Amino acid sequence: MGRILIDLLRFNRQFAVGLVLLAIVLGFALLSFFSPYPPNDSFVVPPDVPPSWAYPMGTTSRGQDLFWLLTFSIRNTLLFGVTVALISRLLALVIGLVAGYCGGLVDRALMSINDTFIVIPLFPILVLFYFVMKDHMSWGLLALMMACLGWAYDARLIRSVALSLRTREFTETGIFSGMSMRQILVEEHLPYVLPIVFSTTMNNINWSIGLEVTLSVLGFTDINTPTIGVLIYWANQHTALVAGIWWWIFFPVLLVILAFIGLFLLAVSMNEYIDPRSRLGRSGG
Amino acid sequence: MSEPVLTVSGLRAWYRTSAYGVSREVRAVDDISLSIAAGEIYGLAGESSSGKTTLIKTIANAIQPPLEVLAGSVVFRFGDRPVDIHRISREALGKIRWKHLSYIMQGSMNVLNPVRRVRHTFFDFAFRHIGRPKPEFLQVVRDHLQRLHLAPDVLDAFPHQLSGGMRQRVTIALATVCRPEFIIADEPTTALDVVVQKGVLAMIHEIQRELGSSIIFVTHDMAVHANLTDRLGIMYAGRLVEEGRTADIFRAPRHPYTAHLIASLPRLGDTAPKKGLDGAPPNLADPPPGCRFHPRCPRASDICRREAPPMAELSPGHRAACFHPEPERPA
Amino acid sequence: MTGYPLYLLTRLGQFALVVFIGINIAFIVTHATPIDPVEQSIAAATQFGSTSPEAIALMRQSLKELYGLEGSLGDQYVSFWSRVATGDFGPSLSAFPTPVSTLIGRALPWTVALLVVSTLLTWVLGNLLGGLAGYYRRSKALRFAGILAMTFHPIPYYIVAFLLLIVFGYLWPVLPISGGYKMNMTRDWSWEFIGSVAAHAILPVLSLALVGLGGWFMGMRSLVSNIVTEDYVAYAELGGVERRRILGSYVMRNALVPQVTGLAMSLGSIFNGAIITEQVFGYPGVGTLLVSAVHVGDYSLVLGITTVSIVAVSVAVLLIDLAYPLLDPRVKAR
Repeated sequence: MGRILIDLLRFNRQFAVGLVLLAIVLGFALLSFFSPYPPNDSFVVPPDVPPSWAYPMGTTSRGQDLFWLLTFSIRNTLLFGVTVALISRLLALVIGLVAGYCGGLVDRALMSINDTFIVIPLFPILVLFYFVMKDHMSWGLLALMMACLGWAYDARLIRSVALSLRTREFTETGIFSGMSMRQILVEEHLPYVLPIVFSTTMNNINWSIGLEVTLSVLGFTDINTPTIGVLIYWANQHTALVAGIWWWIFFPVLLVILAFIGLFLLAVSMNEYIDPRSRLGRSGG
Repeated sequence: MSEPVLTVSGLRAWYRTSAYGVSREVRAVDDISLSIAAGEIYGLAGESSSGKTTLIKTIANAIQPPLEVLAGSVVFRFGDRPVDIHRISREALGKIRWKHLSYIMQGSMNVLNPVRRVRHTFFDFAFRHIGRPKPEFLQVVRDHLQRLHLAPDVLDAFPHQLSGGMRQRVTIALATVCRPEFIIADEPTTALDVVVQKGVLAMIHEIQRELGSSIIFVTHDMAVHANLTDRLGIMYAGRLVEEGRTADIFRAPRHPYTAHLIASLPRLGDTAPKKGLDGAPPNLADPPPGCRFHPRCPRASDICRREAPPMAELSPGHRAACFHPEPERPA
Repeated sequence: MTGYPLYLLTRLGQFALVVFIGINIAFIVTHATPIDPVEQSIAAATQFGSTSPEAIALMRQSLKELYGLEGSLGDQYVSFWSRVATGDFGPSLSAFPTPVSTLIGRALPWTVALLVVSTLLTWVLGNLLGGLAGYYRRSKALRFAGILAMTFHPIPYYIVAFLLLIVFGYLWPVLPISGGYKMNMTRDWSWEFIGSVAAHAILPVLSLALVGLGGWFMGMRSLVSNIVTEDYVAYAELGGVERRRILGSYVMRNALVPQVTGLAMSLGSIFNGAIITEQVFGYPGVGTLLVSAVHVGDYSLVLGITTVSIVAVSVAVLLIDLAYPLLDPRVKAR
C-alpha cells in the first residue's frame, strides 16, 4: 500500500496534484477545531469587513469571521460526502458482489433495478423529500436518503469486476471446499474489488457534495448547520454580490472547487492505476 | 534464380516500455535475415511468443509503440524497384498496401469492422487500387468471390452473421482481390476447427497458384507447414534458428529445437510416449546468454552458454544456428 | 423469441420498471413522512392573516380529496397511480385554479428544448474532441482541451452556472442572465423573438455543456485508445485505408456504440443539471417551476413535476434504446 502511494506520487502528476489540493482542503477543515468562535454565533465581529490581516477572508453581513466559518462549513461538507459515500458503498458492494457472483437471473434482476436507479432523475425526488420533511430535514437524514439513491452507478462497476471473478479458479476452489457465499464474497472477492471501490468513493463524494451544495444553496436543507452550500445560501439571502461583498461568495466557491478537482483527480489517477493495461506495463519481468 | 521478392537483413525489433519507473526491453526480433522468392510459400514456425508475429508485423511495417525497429532492413521488390518498407513515406506505403502487399490476419473473428457490412470493407481496402466506377468495382469483387466459391451475398452481411470459417474465407478473398504479389498470412487457420481449416488451406493454396504470389505463412502447427510450405524458417526466442526446404527440414532437422518440434508431431501408428522439452521458453526481457536454447538443449556444451551460434549453411539451401547440429542424413 | 422483438421487449420492460420504481419512490417519500402535506399547505395558506376555523376545515377536506390522501394506504396508492396515469395532479395551490398539468405543460417545452440542444451539442462535441484526442495522442492542443474539460467536469452544475452568472452578470454583462426571452416581448415567431430566445439560452446551454463535455471527452478518449488496439483497426491500417476513414468509420463508429448507451444512462443526471441550471438563470422551464413551487408550498405542483420528470426521462431513455439497433447491428442477433 505504501509503495503504491509512493509510486503514484512519483509517476502520476494527476495523483500528486489531487492529493495536494485535497490536503489543503482537509487542513483547512481541521483548523475548525481551533476556531475562536462557535460555528453558529453571529454578530461576533463587525459585519461586511473586506479581507484584511485581522480577517483574512473578510466578515459576513451576519457578523461572522468568514475564515473560521468556512473551516466549519468545509468540514461539515466533507463529512457529509464521506458519510454518503460510506453508506452507499455498503449498498453498492453488497448488490454488485451478489449480482456478479450469482450471475444469471439474479444478476439480471439486480441490474434492472440498478439501471433504474441510474436513470431516475434524483434531484426532483430530493426536492420532494425536502418538501415533505421541511423543518424535520436534517443533515443525517439527507445523507441517508442520498446514500439510498446514489449507489447504483458504482454497483454496476463492482458487478462487472465480480462477474469476471466468478469464473476464476479460486472461486471454484472456495465453493468445493465448502465456503459459504458470504465467505467467498468477503474473503475472496472483496480484496479484488477494493481498488475500484476506492476510486468510486472519490467520485461518489464529489457527487454527494455537489448535490448537497445545490440543495443547500436553494435552501432545501437544514440551513442551520453550516456547510459550503448553506454559506452561499446566506450570502445570496443577503444579496452579497449586489452589495459588493464578493468575498462571501468567492472563498467558499474557491474552496469547494479545489475539493471537487482534488477528489476527481484522485479518482481518475487511481482508475488509471488499476486499469489492467497500465498494470501490464508495470509488472516487471 | 531471380531476385527475391523480400529480403530481410539483420532485423532487430524490440518492445520498450516504461511505466511507474519500471523500464523493460523485450527483444522479440533479434538479428533476423531471410529472403523469399517469387511464387514461394515460406513457412514461419515456432512456439507462441517466439517472436513470429512481431517479425511479420515488422515486415509489414505495422509498428506501433512500444515496438521499435532498432536495426536492419526489410526490402521488397515489386516490379524492378526495391523499396525499404521502413524508409518510404506514408503515401508510398499506402500505394503498396493491398495492391502489392496484403495481409491475412490471425483471429478472423475481429478483423472485420463489426458494425458495418462486409461490402464497405471491400470498398475501403480495394476501391482505390482497382480504380473503376462503383458498379464495375462491385462486379469485380463479386466475380472474385465466386472464383473462391463464396456466395456474393456475403457482401451484404454483417461480420457477426457469418461463421468463423466464413469470415476467414471472406478475409482471404479481401486479401487477394487486388491480386497482390506478396501475401502475409498470420496464423490464418489457428482459430478454426480442423475441417474448416482444411478448406481454408486449400483455398489459400489455390489462389496462390492462380496469382503466382509469394506467401509468408506463419503458424505453430508443423503439420500445416508440412502440407503447404515450400521453405521453412524456425524461430526460437526471437531468433531464426533453422531455415531450409520444408522437405529437407522434415527429413533431417539440424537444430536440436527443430528436431524436437518434428519429433513431437503425432504419426500414424506411433505408440511411443512423446517426450516434452524441459523448462519454459526464455523470458525475452532477459534472455539467457549464448545460445538462447541452451538451458533446454540436450546437446548443450560450454560454448553454447558463452556464445551465440551464428547462422551457417550446413548443406546447400539449409542453414542452422547451432554449434552441435544434429547429424546430416543423406537423402 | 430472439433478435429484435426480444430486445424490444426487454427495453419496454426496463422502461416500465423505471416508471414503476420511480413513482413508488415518489409515493413512499410523500407518505412515509411525519409531515402532513395538507396541514403543511394550510399552514402556508394561513400564514398571513387569520382564517376562520370553518374555512380551515373546509379547506382541509378539499385538500385531502385533491391530494388523494383519503381512505386507507391502499386506496391512496391506487388513486396515486390513477393520477399519474391520467396526468391529473389537480389544481395548483399557488396558481389556483390552474391545473398543475397546464403549468407543467407550459414549462416542459423550455426544458426539453434546453436539454436537447445542450445535450446534443455536448455529446457531439465531447465525443468528437475525445475521439480525436484518443487517436492523435501526441497533439498538444487536444491534450490542453482535455485538461480544460477535466477541470470543469467535476464541478457541479450549480457552481458552474453560478460562476457564469457572476462573470456575465456582474463582471462582463454582455449576455442576458435571466428568463427565457426579453421581458414584455410578444411571443410570436418573429426573428427578433427567436433571437432573444437564443441569446437567453446561451448561458444555460454553456453551463450544461461545460460540465458535460469532460465526461464524454474522457469516456471517448479511453474508448478510442482501447479500440485502436482492436484487430479490425490494425487490419485497416495494414490495408492502407485512409487515416481519416479509419478514424471515422472504424474507430469512432465503434466507440459511439457504448457512448450511446452512456447517453441513455446519464439522461437522469443531465436532467438534474438542467433543472438546477434553469433555476440559476430563471429559465422558464420545469426547474424554475419546481423551485418556486417549493418556496410557495405548492404540494401538488412539486409532486406533479417529480412524477412528470421521472416519466419524461424514462421516455427519453426508451427512445434512445429503440434507436440503438440502428447503430449496433449485433443486438438483433443476440
